[in-house]
Amino acid sequence: MTTDAIIVGAGHNGLVTACYLARAGMKVVVVEKNDWIGGAAVSRELYPGFLYSNCSYVCSLFRPEIMRDLELPRFGLQVLPYEGGAVFKDDGGYLAMFRDHDANRSEFARHSPRDAEAYDRYSRDIMRHCRFIRPLLMRTPPDPVRMRPRDLGELAFLARRVLELSEAQICDMIRFWTMSISDYLDDYFESPVIKAYLAVSAIIGTALGPMSPGSAYVLLHHYMGDVDGNVGAWGFARGGMGAITQALQASLEAAGGTVRAGKGVARILVEGGRAVGVELDEGEVIRGKRVVSGMDVKRTFLHHVDEAKLPEDFVRSVKRFKTRGSSGKLNIALDAAPVFPALPEGAPMLRGDLHFTDSVAKMERAYDDWKSGHFSRDPFQDVMIPTMIDPTMVPPGKHFMSSFVQYAPPKIGGRDWTDADRDAFGRTCVAQIERFSPGFSDRILHMEVRTPRELEAEVGLTEGNIFQGELTFDQLLFNRPVPGYAQYRSPVKDLWMCGSSTHPGGGVMGAPGRNAAAEILRDARMGARDMRDAYAVL
Amino acid sequence: MPSSERDIVIIGGGTNGLACAARLAKSGRRVTLLEAGEICGGGATTVEFAPGYRVSGLAHLVTTLDRRVMSEMKLARHGLAYAEADMATTALGPIPLTMRRGETADLGAADARAWEALHKRLDRYAGLLAPFREMTPPRLSRKGGNDLKGLARMGLDLRRLGKAETRELLRVFLINVADLLEDDLMDDRLIGLVAFDATLGSWLGPRSPNSLLLLLNRLAGEVEGKRGAIALPKGGMGAVADAMVAALAGDGVTICTGARVATIRVEDDRAAGVTLDTGEEIPAGLVVSAISPQATLRHLAGPAHLDTGTLRQVHGIKSRGGAAKLHLALSGAPDFGGADLRHRLVIAPSVDAVERAFNPVKYGEVPDRPVMEITIPTAHEPELAPDGHHVLSAIVQFAPHGPNNRDAARAQMLENTLKVLEDHAPGLRALILHAELLMPYDIETRYGMAGGNWHHVELSVEQMLFLRPFHGAAQYESPLPGLWLASAGSHPGGGISGAAGWNAAGRILGGRT
Repeated sequence: MTTDAIIVGAGHNGLVTACYLARAGMKVVVVEKNDWIGGAAVSRELYPGFLYSNCSYVCSLFRPEIMRDLELPRFGLQVLPYEGGAVFKDDGGYLAMFRDHDANRSEFARHSPRDAEAYDRYSRDIMRHCRFIRPLLMRTPPDPVRMRPRDLGELAFLARRVLELSEAQICDMIRFWTMSISDYLDDYFESPVIKAYLAVSAIIGTALGPMSPGSAYVLLHHYMGDVDGNVGAWGFARGGMGAITQALQASLEAAGGTVRAGKGVARILVEGGRAVGVELDEGEVIRGKRVVSGMDVKRTFLHHVDEAKLPEDFVRSVKRFKTRGSSGKLNIALDAAPVFPALPEGAPMLRGDLHFTDSVAKMERAYDDWKSGHFSRDPFQDVMIPTMIDPTMVPPGKHFMSSFVQYAPPKIGGRDWTDADRDAFGRTCVAQIERFSPGFSDRILHMEVRTPRELEAEVGLTEGNIFQGELTFDQLLFNRPVPGYAQYRSPVKDLWMCGSSTHPGGGVMGAPGRNAAAEILRDARMGARDMRDAYAVL
Repeated sequence: MPSSERDIVIIGGGTNGLACAARLAKSGRRVTLLEAGEICGGGATTVEFAPGYRVSGLAHLVTTLDRRVMSEMKLARHGLAYAEADMATTALGPIPLTMRRGETADLGAADARAWEALHKRLDRYAGLLAPFREMTPPRLSRKGGNDLKGLARMGLDLRRLGKAETRELLRVFLINVADLLEDDLMDDRLIGLVAFDATLGSWLGPRSPNSLLLLLNRLAGEVEGKRGAIALPKGGMGAVADAMVAALAGDGVTICTGARVATIRVEDDRAAGVTLDTGEEIPAGLVVSAISPQATLRHLAGPAHLDTGTLRQVHGIKSRGGAAKLHLALSGAPDFGGADLRHRLVIAPSVDAVERAFNPVKYGEVPDRPVMEITIPTAHEPELAPDGHHVLSAIVQFAPHGPNNRDAARAQMLENTLKVLEDHAPGLRALILHAELLMPYDIETRYGMAGGNWHHVELSVEQMLFLRPFHGAAQYESPLPGLWLASAGSHPGGGISGAAGWNAAGRILGGRT
């Protein structure tokens, strides 16, 4: 029996596509260059007894439809919601954060009564934007130029969605989509620390500052997920983010699919204008009816497909696809829980995200450093201690801390990162934590520092971009990854794309993987029995 | 007794107020135009900033003067002439680059090819945008009274682009100008120059998304039928206003200068005239404000007459000025490495130089090395200064609109600007007899532009078209019945154009454009 689909890369999107295809009856094989699977959703034991979520670290965006379709809870996935967090202020104070709207509101009132009132209005407006966008995630973007019946249908769907809103709401939405998060928050709030807290989601993973137009959309991108139906909530995957991809692998194997780890693809074989298989690094050739790449669009077409087999304008478009990385990551094994004297004893905030940047201007300055080709001197860190909620990852009494850092550029002053740069970057981040948690560094048992260089080398994300491509309008919806090729197909017949380079983008969402599977099954004229209609929780 | 709607009071004698007055008067309305200053013109004035030295007081070049205003007010017949109607630009640097409407012979072969293609494409997109400038922004509802014919025509134009170009337009229209330029071009001088032009008068850097659209808006302007041309009026920018005032004289418009409006009178929830700061009352059927929409609604009309939603929107209007204006009186001709002083001289050596000049203003700080656009009007008209002497006029970016210490920031900005100038024209500082630098807050004080932004309302995507100045007031009619908005704060923005005033008058008269 020949292979129906070869999936390149066992990241979450590749596995999602594989699962749907296998369940529809295709013979599927997933090849993965690393000895482990998971892409950027992994749990790795890099220090004895400690599991690290060493890339992605929290979970919210993963589509609930996919969890249900693929029965991921049955295969071991459990998402534990977490509560709140804190922003530490330079003056010794803090802003606590809760998942409960009213609790947040009272905390806001402590900083600004006016902002507490504005928070109701803000939450309502953001929720409206979420409600608008969520149904678009699980649909193939229309091609606004080709105008085939399907495209017209999708455009009509979009138009209907828009017309459900009032004129004022449409205007508000257009403003929101084009504004900077800083300007947007200024419309509602006055307290710098509240704005700093709310601006966070707009810069995570992004080569934009909070004052860059378009950053408000990125906030939405991080808001439209949910945990157990709580929209905007975030959680930890029990056992680390690898639990998601492990459950996917189990689900795939139960459906008859295979995963082959430690098998890097040297090139995708194209014969007579069709993809016919892959050649592995060690020379083995796997042939199949179609190849689906979960790698980013640059890696796929600039490194693994013979350029001569691609149209010239497509190659040019892929080359100009923007994948500038902007983030670093610290994974830290701790001997004991860190102490933050600013917080009341026993405060629940340690169970959520901890930030040390108390104004939007400081975030923006951190971004200015990135623009000038340096990692931020006073970076923004999103610090989490997942083991406060999930002790299964570490020995008793110990902790795993993850710090996601903005900004780290793909290159330092135009040259590649060196180990010395990486260590200096790590020291900068630790020093910032130490400022708010004296004695912190003494509790460090082991630390892994990851810059865009490491992300590219290990996970294969070009320039270390965690979304497999920046999330600006020129690279969203029908422009993602390349205008004219936004429907998961490539110029090569039977070569498909299913990674986060495609609509709707990154963030351990699984939506690109499912949408790609839907298109593949559609082309193969196979029913997607196990693909239930996307539903909106709202 | 309420006045008839035929009696109209216009607040503000800038180019928009003047253009609005002209169109209304031509249709038989009785128009009274109130200007707080001693002369009309607003941002289009010629001032004597030092005894014997005259220069354009704020705007110093014509790029987007509305062609309807130009022809229907017969400005040429009323005295508007150009010292140079199609000015060349020289990007200063070790090896300067000279360009006129995108044409240049100073590029290497690869860049020349790439730029020709890119410029052609941008010019084409700008051409698609140009008709928008002349129409009232559409409403997003079916009963909006939209100019469906006009919109359909534009839709057809768009179709004529063809598939590939439409795709490209859909990709780039919210892109940042830096990425677009760096994808195709290598030459830092060219990229710096175009990036500078894109951000001129705005409050964003070239790496900010949405910045390309501002460039297209600028390229959509035309002078004497030439799209993207730059012109220098004879006698400075005051000549534009003078010609407009002269045109109004024949139309029976009453112009009162030195007349500062204190409040807009509201009767029965309707604007019914204005009260001057002298206490004099001027009744009117309609009031048109051609000054900043924020000042109009918050201070002249007042919160008592507006609902909270509107007030919140007005409060949310962004108007941060990022440009300073420099005037120098020079005892001799400066030497910018032999560059032709009759050109527009731009110092913006690279896209990063422009971006770095923008960074500090986000925090209210002054850039070390500002970028700028220089004109030397005396190279065209020596009579603007004493014999053999010169004046230099420059728009210097970026300048903070709200620094902690205004005087210190001004002094620092002047010093940094002169340092950059001296680097490009050694010996220039020794020629300076008098220097004046207007920071955004000085521009606000002198010209009444909120935040010192010469568009009144920042020109940015979220404040464009039907979002300008805010949703609900974008079709020139304010939320207060009888009060209309016609300044640069309304579509399509400022830059000495008169288009907003002309469009508003059309809307008042019941037409759509």
